[in-house]
Amino acid sequence: MTRTTRRPRAARRLFGADPAADVRDELQFHLDAKVDELIERGWLPDEARREAERQFGDRASLQQIGERIGDTMDRRRRVSDYWNDGLQDLRFASRTFVRERGFASVAILVLALAVAANVATFSVVNTLLLRPLPFADANELTWIAPPPAACGLSCATYSSDAYEEFRDESRVYQDVTGYFAFSGADNLRLEDHGESTPATGLMVIANFFQTLGVPPALGRAFTADDARTGARPVAMLSHAYWMRQFAANASIVGQTIVLNGTSATVIGVLPAAFDFGSVFSPGARVDLFTPLDLDNARTWGNIVTLIGRLQPGVTLAQARDDASRVAPDLYFRKSRPETLGRYRDRLVPTPLKTHVSGQWHRPLVVLWCAVGLVLLIACVNLSNLLLVRTAARSRELAMRRALGATRARLVRQSLTESLALSGAGAALGLAGAFGLVRWLAHRGDLDLPLLNGITIDGVSVVWTVLIAILAAALFGVVPGLKMAGGNVQEALKDSGPAAGRGPRHERLRVGLVIAEIALACVLLVGAGLLLRSFVNVLDIDLGFAPDRAATIAVDYRGGSGPEDVQAASRTAALRQIIERVDALPGVELAGVTDYLPLGPNRSWGSPAPKGKVFRPGELPGPLVYVVTPGFLPAMGINVHGRDFTWADTFGGRRVAIINQAAARVYWPGEDAVGKILVANRGDTEIIGVADDVRTEKVEDGSGWQIYYPAMQESPTSAQLVVRSRLPIDSLGSSVLHALRELNPQQPAAELKPLRAIVGHAVSPRRFFMLLVAAMAGLGLLLAALGIHGVIAYSVARQSRDIGVRMALGASAGRVRRDVLLATLRVALIGIVVGIVVSLAAARLIASLLFGTSPWDAPTYIGMAAIFLAVALISGYLPARRASRIDPIVALRSH
Amino acid sequence: MTRLDLIRGTLDVLILKALAWGPLHGYAITSFIRAQSDEALLVEEGTLYPALWRLESKKLVAAEWGLSENNRKAKFYRLTPAGRRHLQQESRTWEAYATAVAKVLGATQPVPRRKPV
Repeated sequence: MTRTTRRPRAARRLFGADPAADVRDELQFHLDAKVDELIERGWLPDEARREAERQFGDRASLQQIGERIGDTMDRRRRVSDYWNDGLQDLRFASRTFVRERGFASVAILVLALAVAANVATFSVVNTLLLRPLPFADANELTWIAPPPAACGLSCATYSSDAYEEFRDESRVYQDVTGYFAFSGADNLRLEDHGESTPATGLMVIANFFQTLGVPPALGRAFTADDARTGARPVAMLSHAYWMRQFAANASIVGQTIVLNGTSATVIGVLPAAFDFGSVFSPGARVDLFTPLDLDNARTWGNIVTLIGRLQPGVTLAQARDDASRVAPDLYFRKSRPETLGRYRDRLVPTPLKTHVSGQWHRPLVVLWCAVGLVLLIACVNLSNLLLVRTAARSRELAMRRALGATRARLVRQSLTESLALSGAGAALGLAGAFGLVRWLAHRGDLDLPLLNGITIDGVSVVWTVLIAILAAALFGVVPGLKMAGGNVQEALKDSGPAAGRGPRHERLRVGLVIAEIALACVLLVGAGLLLRSFVNVLDIDLGFAPDRAATIAVDYRGGSGPEDVQAASRTAALRQIIERVDALPGVELAGVTDYLPLGPNRSWGSPAPKGKVFRPGELPGPLVYVVTPGFLPAMGINVHGRDFTWADTFGGRRVAIINQAAARVYWPGEDAVGKILVANRGDTEIIGVADDVRTEKVEDGSGWQIYYPAMQESPTSAQLVVRSRLPIDSLGSSVLHALRELNPQQPAAELKPLRAIVGHAVSPRRFFMLLVAAMAGLGLLLAALGIHGVIAYSVARQSRDIGVRMALGASAGRVRRDVLLATLRVALIGIVVGIVVSLAAARLIASLLFGTSPWDAPTYIGMAAIFLAVALISGYLPARRASRIDPIVALRSH
Repeated sequence: MTRLDLIRGTLDVLILKALAWGPLHGYAITSFIRAQSDEALLVEEGTLYPALWRLESKKLVAAEWGLSENNRKAKFYRLTPAGRRHLQQESRTWEAYATAVAKVLGATQPVPRRKPV
């Protein structure tokens, strides 16, 4: 028993264990030893061998047993070796990271930011685009509306007659339902123990909840009987309102509440998962639902939206064919035969999901690309950082290879390090994403659908893990291969900092930085274009002046009786309110309207200029606003002609104001003031022409608008608009106080600045712009880090050369200039590549831009300038360091 | 003494004992057992090697390749710490068992009758 030589495990694994050979060798040795012994005892060699083999017996079956046991052992050993090595790598990596705290925390933070952005965006994409709507069998639900048109919501709604006939004649639906499209916020007043609070109610067709597949959480849903004229008034509560107003008291079901002075029985509470606003009207909240009496609403015109639940297996194409078959047979009013066929081509089913979130498809995909780019930049950046580290560690690695570590082992080590980094980054990023998503879900002022449903679910977590692994692979593989691929002898001979020299190494690093700059440049250009569009949108002439104006929902007693009595009492009440508010200190102007711009709206009738003949259908109905004197100036809407006055009474001459767009169609090339329009109530004199006001969206053009005086037409609600000389905040309490004095029932509503309404309308654009800008900022920062890292490293590596040059007389300024020029060269190549890619990719975001070309030269030039400046700054620090190299120290240190 | 068949389960202990002084290859283990038992216990290859391999897979012994006395490549087995513990435990059990069996077989009188207290 003398020496034993170890066969290294690594080699065993590399070549694969061979238990069969081991067993064969072992048994052969035994046999040989036996033969030797027999010969020693005097046997002849041949005889000895035969005898030994005889004694040995069945060698083949022994061999088999040995192989089986060996295989099992080897398999077990391989697994445990693998884990042991992994643990060892992990321990080694964490030791390294603790030592290199700065590097590790930058790496983890960068990744965490990128992962947080990715997971949060994915959660939004998942909710808005990937997940079905929060209804049972949501893919069966369709939204039935005409193709998008200028007249807004009014064109997307249908009369009671049309709804009933469509429901009865269509053959592809399980059921068709809808809701009243024109209710405003705080349109109801809940009286509770003498206190009145505003509430938002919505009238729905009785089968609404059954058709959507939303069973009530408590009580029952509406039935057809609830919606009959003269039925006992009933209401259902939204879950949030039930929690807030009724302290989640389950016994509220069956009790009566007082709404606008009328008692109604609460018959049910909706489930928490159902949020009408988030699906159908982002940013709005609905507190109560009441059944819509279709008979009563028969004379109201186009009032309901249509939502259908298709029968299982019916395709959208079949539904469209069916709708175009039914549409020509629909009457606007059955009692007026001439209204037949008004809905021809105006009933087009689309998936409800498309109606809700279709318009967000493009922005979200763009956002997704942006965060993906950031992740890519982060990975490239880290890859580069690791590469620099690898170069600095090349001696250590060469030593390990010389000591027997295999290439695969070193790559694994490098991958373990990246995996540890990305794991930590992903964990931190997930936590960040949780915060982001929570914040997003509670952004009620954001005009995005389904926001309340955004959560980080299992899919998002899986997404995070995928991202982490992808990131690890991306930034671990390149340095890993570099690490393993180096020439051992050369690296060992090289002195520390000079290791990793060589054009291949250098070129790879510079290439990565150029890629990083190019990607960040694409992001920056995208953000620049979106920013410019946003500024353009803010610059749009809205047609009214939102600054220093505010609005509040007003409650007043309209009175009852014949129309003229009602009109007189209404006029008196409104006039009293406006005069009282006008007298408040700081108030410049005040007026009342029933609809505000940039919100819901309606139209009724198709007035025509007197004495002119238009083809039927040539004059779509303008949007109708019923306003008091003072409203137009309070809004800051310019009027050519005159505003309404209190002298335009119900009994007096019919008057109206139209906007310029309508005037151009009714009386092209003429002054409309003084002309006569034949409207619903007969001849109406046009007393003024108002500026066009953006009606639904800031970006969309203005349709035709007509203003009637509240003295002659009945407004459906009352929004007081106040223009003030003082800050809006200081005015709120005095306005509410004045309203309460006139009407103790006035609910405690909020005085909302008009700016906030505009802000809400542009909130998605601002939101996307800010997000993409944040991503671009992050990309820019990362690119700057990358540039700095590479230049600083190359300066450190060349310190000897620089020292020599300085010793030979190169000035500090000269050295600095050279380093900066090298930086500029890298940056310029990156920027050029980035701009070329941007030019190609800009078309993708063209539809998101407003008043900005995707190839907008100032944006491109500006972004390139910003980038150059950042590159110069990040190159300046290493340049300064280079110029301070002391030739003697640099030369002596090698 | 005549040749004895190994009582089942004792081979493991014998192998471990053989390794108590240092690493041995399979052939040396058979030689050791034969010599120590005065040729009474003969271990056949067909039983020895499976037993050895099982001990290796239970991590009671560990194997390494090395060179034998006459410079042949041989597989050497040595005790692991666990193997050493196992050996001590098993030897104690075996001794206690053997003593007990010997006492019984060496009995000279019947079981004494119990006296009532």
